Amino acid sequence: MSEPLIFEISQRGRRAPSHAPSDVPEHDLPADLLREDPPLLPEVSELQVVRHFTRLSQRNFSIDTEFYPLGSCTMKYNPKACNRLAMLPEFLERHPLGAVEHGQGFLECMYELQDMLAAVTGMAATSLTPMAGAQGEFAGVAMIRAYHDANGDHERREIIVPDAAHGTNPATATMCGCVAVEIPTGADGDIDMDALRDAVGPQTAGIMLTNPSTLGVFERKITEVAKIVHDAGGLLYYDGANLNAILGRAFPGDMGFDVMHLNLHKTFSTPHGGGGPGSGAVCVNERLEPFLPIPVVGKKIVDGEDRYVWLTEADRPRSIGRLSAFMGNAGILLRAYIYMRILGREGMRRVSEFATLNANYLMKRLADLGFDVAFPERRASHEFIVSLKAITSETGITAMDFAKALLDRGFHAPTTYFPLLIPECLLIEPTETEARQDLDAFANALAEIRDLARSDPDAVKAAPMTTPVRRLDDVRAARHLDLAWRPADDASQ
Amino acid sequence: MPYIPHTDKDVAEMLAGIGASSTEDLFDEIPVGLRVDDLPGVPEALTEAEITRLMRRRARRDGEVVSFLGAGAYEHYIPAAVWDVATRGEFYSAYTPYQAEASQGTLQLIYEYQTMMTGLTGLDVSNASLYDGATAFAEACLMAVRANRKSKSGRVLVSRGVNPIYRSVTDAIIKGQGIELVEIPLRDGRTDVDALAQFDGQDFAALCLQQPTFLGTIEEADAITDWAHERNILVIGSCNPLSLALLKAPGDWGENGADIACGEGQPLGIPLSSGGPYFGYMVCRTQLQRQMPGRIVGGTLDIEGRVGYTLTLQAREQHIRRSKATSNICTNQGLMVTAATIHMSLLGAEGLRRVALACHANTRMLADALAKIDGVSIAFGPYFHEAVVQLDRPAQSIIEALGSQKILAGYDLSAHYPELGSALLVCATEARTSDDIGAYVAAFEDAMKKSQAA
Repeated sequence: MSEPLIFEISQRGRRAPSHAPSDVPEHDLPADLLREDPPLLPEVSELQVVRHFTRLSQRNFSIDTEFYPLGSCTMKYNPKACNRLAMLPEFLERHPLGAVEHGQGFLECMYELQDMLAAVTGMAATSLTPMAGAQGEFAGVAMIRAYHDANGDHERREIIVPDAAHGTNPATATMCGCVAVEIPTGADGDIDMDALRDAVGPQTAGIMLTNPSTLGVFERKITEVAKIVHDAGGLLYYDGANLNAILGRAFPGDMGFDVMHLNLHKTFSTPHGGGGPGSGAVCVNERLEPFLPIPVVGKKIVDGEDRYVWLTEADRPRSIGRLSAFMGNAGILLRAYIYMRILGREGMRRVSEFATLNANYLMKRLADLGFDVAFPERRASHEFIVSLKAITSETGITAMDFAKALLDRGFHAPTTYFPLLIPECLLIEPTETEARQDLDAFANALAEIRDLARSDPDAVKAAPMTTPVRRLDDVRAARHLDLAWRPADDASQ
Repeated sequence: MPYIPHTDKDVAEMLAGIGASSTEDLFDEIPVGLRVDDLPGVPEALTEAEITRLMRRRARRDGEVVSFLGAGAYEHYIPAAVWDVATRGEFYSAYTPYQAEASQGTLQLIYEYQTMMTGLTGLDVSNASLYDGATAFAEACLMAVRANRKSKSGRVLVSRGVNPIYRSVTDAIIKGQGIELVEIPLRDGRTDVDALAQFDGQDFAALCLQQPTFLGTIEEADAITDWAHERNILVIGSCNPLSLALLKAPGDWGENGADIACGEGQPLGIPLSSGGPYFGYMVCRTQLQRQMPGRIVGGTLDIEGRVGYTLTLQAREQHIRRSKATSNICTNQGLMVTAATIHMSLLGAEGLRRVALACHANTRMLADALAKIDGVSIAFGPYFHEAVVQLDRPAQSIIEALGSQKILAGYDLSAHYPELGSALLVCATEARTSDDIGAYVAAFEDAMKKSQAA
């Protein structure tokens, strides 16, 4: 059943009046500064609002309701305690510009979070301000550029990215005024070292790598990669998208990375929220610490007591500057802090242990069921790739068809068609919080779809049947743009 | 083991299936020299009860403050239903709606949000959100430079009335691309229209205003918009969205309206929360939609002809266009948009207008009372819900005196606006009662008596 738009439920003259002051005060603002007509907003009762948005929520798949093995997104359980405690009223009511005397509790959490993130990455220092992975990438590349500029190395403007990289990597290079240079991946999933040697030079600002890579395997020659790039005068950027795979097992700092971002909404289980907010904290080694985005939380001893303060322009004159109006997604940072404290030292290592166990188990199950895994001779990290190319050639059923058929079986689809290198691929990331029986059920569902593809391909092509809508016409959406509702009597549309 | 469902039997059988003897084996592709076996920098685990005690204790240390601070983040009453519904697991723990059929809830909600934002701003096309008001402003500048094909300079005029932190963030974000911000001075707390003449004949991609200005004043946006458009300069309005329930929409500024509206969405149901997460909004004219950064939702039909929603115009985005994308943004602030959409639905146009008017009235009550104190004057008008209080002594002395009584007195303007002398930006939203305001004025007067004039 469809759910009408909130505007279609609206009726003129109906309001939820208890949420606004009842007496409208007089004012003497000049009329030419005021709007003449009220904005187009619905007029609905509180129950209508609650019912409408509750119904909309029920038209979503989510971690709380379905297995959600979306590769590279780390859709693990988001603990309820993290949300509840980050939403304690005193935290919610704290003004960002309030004096530090009225924020010591919050700042202490942030200071400890900075330290813990540096500790789990083998880095020297942290800035929490970037508001998503892409902004963390921006901060990282901007720091690399600032570092070279500070050394008078103004010609270093090339950022090397592997062809399997997330699209944000090359897009970030462009935003920073750099040029992205792609290098290929070898047949074994590791970087093509000859191509890397050819790519580096006096124009190299740095390289952006995800390790384990987006192909779901650990880059085994990482130390050699680091040496080649450093010898050429470049720096190494670690994209933390896949940190869940190696948490507490290896440090990007030890691998030779100079700067990295963490996706706290992946590894540290803050909510994905239907597309954010994320949090892209950055960690650096000593040589990049002066360039960290501000503000950073510092600690002083005053009268024998710890006192937490903001470090800003005056303390960090070489900083790349501010990337948000205040200090980034503070409430999300609190959730990550709470999560890390609940898991503790041992729990951090269990994350990678069970994420890797689940991925390797599911990969083996699917291989045993006859699916082609992309790198069967390699160990999976926390995720792995299945290529459906052979099945597509045989039956015409594509990775997208599999994705839609999974929805009918109560599973969110894995990431499809990424990385771009592997044809008809599914990038599958089960995460550590899924139980074995759910992995088994998922593997069986994929096998069932494959069997159906052979016996009745039209039945697969018809999926999904059970979702609130069936396959949508994306071409129509792009050609006949309908980006906002307009009342029927509005002649302008 | 928190959140790990595996039994010992599961682990043994799974390892047997994989053909590994222990979970340690699963990390055998990590070179031995890189492996670590402990995290000494992370404390031991706490139980949920223990972390609850710890966080409650820390929260209590920060609480019980009465705020007259604004400066870009505003305390408003948020109806209980907003966050009760927004934090439902189906919204909270879903991701970007790439699988549209499994994400109709989020997608329809964003479509409704986009519609509401076009209504508030009087413009045509809204995206699904950006990170915050500051980065939305930076993205608007970048978008205007891309979109204005008549301009080659990469220069953008920015009023000194725009939040100084937004200008600083924008500079940090755009300077790598060689784009330059050029400041338009203020007169009497508003953009100096006469000063625009000095820029005649120069090439600019865009002109940026903030409405209301950082100093709380309401710009005469019509004349400035027309001046810019006569010179092929695009107009960007960074607007407090709550104020747009009352003030003229940017789409109606001047003869043809502004081209891009952007701003901080926090006043629409988002708690202060030490500065985030908030959300940035952006709305533009149809002609500019292909230069818009971020995600956009469109309506379409399914194979049975039913209405549904999906991400569209994705050819602008990083996962398709890579280094040629309009922005690197990917994850935005979806959960905040969920809350804001519920908030706007509960309040409606009339509710938001009443909140805006109550804020204005409270700030006037405060400003009028402060103006009666010796050594205090109110600098500028007309203002919306913030006013500049000029003092005959350092503002910091007042901030400290009131701070010791757990009152946040306002924002010290001396660092960013030294030309104003000692000045404090004060804000009294609808969340302040007349008792709060009375107590503030009494404490202010007391502090003035006890401290020295400069």
